[in-house]
Amino acid sequence: MSGITNWFEYVGDRWSDVWGASWDHLMLVIQVMIVATVLSVAVGVAVRNNATLRNIALGVAGILITIPSLALFTIFIPIVGLGFKPAFIALLLYAILPILRNTITGLREVDPNVLESARGMGLNGTQRLIRVQLPLAWPVILAGIRVSTLITTGFAAIATLVAGPGLGIFIKDGLRRLGLPLSMESVWTGTIFTILLALALDLVLSTIGRFTTSRGVR
Amino acid sequence: MNQSDTTEPMIRLDRVSKVYPGQSSPAVAELSLDIARGEVLVLVGPSGCGKSTTLRLINRMIEPSNGRIIFDGEDVTGVNPDLLRRRIGYVIQQIGLFPHMTIADNVATVPRLLGWKKDKIRARVDELLDMVGLEPNVYRDRYPKELSGGQAQRCGVARALGADPEVLLMDEPFGAIDPITRDRLQNEFLRLQSELKKTIVFVTHDIDEAMKMGDRIAILKESSQIAQLDKPEHILAYPVDDFVDDFIGSGSTLKGLSFERVRDLELSPYPMIRHNAGHAQARRVLDEAPQRWLLVLDDMDRPLRWVNDSHLDRTDRPLRDLGHPVRAKVEPNATLHDTLEAMLTSMAGCACVIDKRGSLQGVVEIEALTDVIRRLRANARKHYEDENGQSQPTGTPS
Repeated sequence: MSGITNWFEYVGDRWSDVWGASWDHLMLVIQVMIVATVLSVAVGVAVRNNATLRNIALGVAGILITIPSLALFTIFIPIVGLGFKPAFIALLLYAILPILRNTITGLREVDPNVLESARGMGLNGTQRLIRVQLPLAWPVILAGIRVSTLITTGFAAIATLVAGPGLGIFIKDGLRRLGLPLSMESVWTGTIFTILLALALDLVLSTIGRFTTSRGVR
Repeated sequence: MNQSDTTEPMIRLDRVSKVYPGQSSPAVAELSLDIARGEVLVLVGPSGCGKSTTLRLINRMIEPSNGRIIFDGEDVTGVNPDLLRRRIGYVIQQIGLFPHMTIADNVATVPRLLGWKKDKIRARVDELLDMVGLEPNVYRDRYPKELSGGQAQRCGVARALGADPEVLLMDEPFGAIDPITRDRLQNEFLRLQSELKKTIVFVTHDIDEAMKMGDRIAILKESSQIAQLDKPEHILAYPVDDFVDDFIGSGSTLKGLSFERVRDLELSPYPMIRHNAGHAQARRVLDEAPQRWLLVLDDMDRPLRWVNDSHLDRTDRPLRDLGHPVRAKVEPNATLHDTLEAMLTSMAGCACVIDKRGSLQGVVEIEALTDVIRRLRANARKHYEDENGQSQPTGTPS
């Protein structure tokens, strides 16, 4: 009981630091997700009709996700230096696979008869993509974005190792002073606010989904 | 038989072929076919004969390997296929409604592509939904998943008619629908077509549907070779070869009777008498006539009873109480098929033709039907002999 009280005191005393780190964390995740979504959907659209390209794209994205996270955050430092940039790049590379895979699946799952009738009415390739395929694939793509956002929010806590922004700083400080007073309160602060952030983002995305998915395919 | 030579066909396939790489025989081999304005041409044949491929060559969903497609006098073999398709309605068996769009948005697809104004599109959508029997206020804002199979296919037809195309291509449009709904949709479609007078190419594997829907039928064998191309009644009366004969199946004579109507029959006289006449007079009329039965009429000339020799003189009961009641009655616009069915249930083996008030117009005997069948066959044979005579002047005259 006293542990929890202490933790609230700890957060209360450092509220502006906690708020600032949360905000930086959020901004990092949002920027990563916007770029990852645009990139993954674009690649998914580009490779959707070619089995070889599809397999290459999914293979590359799959390899990226197997690179140990500590390594992925550090290998870009020689090129882009410390701070926001290496964290952004590492998170972006992790975020691609779920969105890319769902984009390809979603586009390929569109009923061929629907595409046949779209073609038969004179919709050209771009019109079929924008008016038919993407709207029908959208719920699946969005599911990928949500998975990717959860992963990215969690992983973003590592950004602090490369002097990046975010809530990871509380976890790192706690670990560094492990056994000293308030070290666990610090770790819990980083962990809990990361989780809260992830839940909030997921709620926002599911709301967006409700408003952007046609009633006809819900 | 050369009335169509004077007007230009709506669609002309000129030695069109489709060869898929790696396949030994072409899917469509050198097919030439003229489709007249306003006609329903049915392509029918066993599966794999290339009928769907042929249909899809017309709107270039499949690109021909060889030959030319002439649409409304214009060679469209090389034009932008998307622009061509916006001028041709297309209905497929699986319908392919856009599940994420409302019924109204589905129907508005082609008008939107063509850049129509919003009010014009809205009015057109309501008109079309009304036309296919979907109340606009109820269905406009629904989604395809909320429709039954029959309603979805109506919506598919409305969507194909969106921008009022002159030509409709229909690939087994009623194939996936239960028999009762299919029959209703077919009838509605025929009624619609009698008003719209579109040029329609209709693919089916069901010969009965072909006979019902087609102004002309092309029976196709493998590689889309035309085995016979003619009006349904000619094909039924005179299948040109064993393939066609097998394909139209047994009962073609009976089916042929569906295309003939009672009003076109020449009816021979039949012995008849008023209900209040005496038995002696009735016997005299019956003796003078070659028929075995006498028809008793009421004061309004409505048929009452069938009476024969064995019923007369046995009692004093008036004629209206003798013999058997008349049940087999048909109106002048009944088909001979329905008439035959009525005759088979009749005591005298005859059907009475009556007008709207029930008064007798004549009696159909079995000989009248066999005459019709003989005449149909003779006409069809003559039609084919004339054609052969034109193309092969050495053909033996009959």
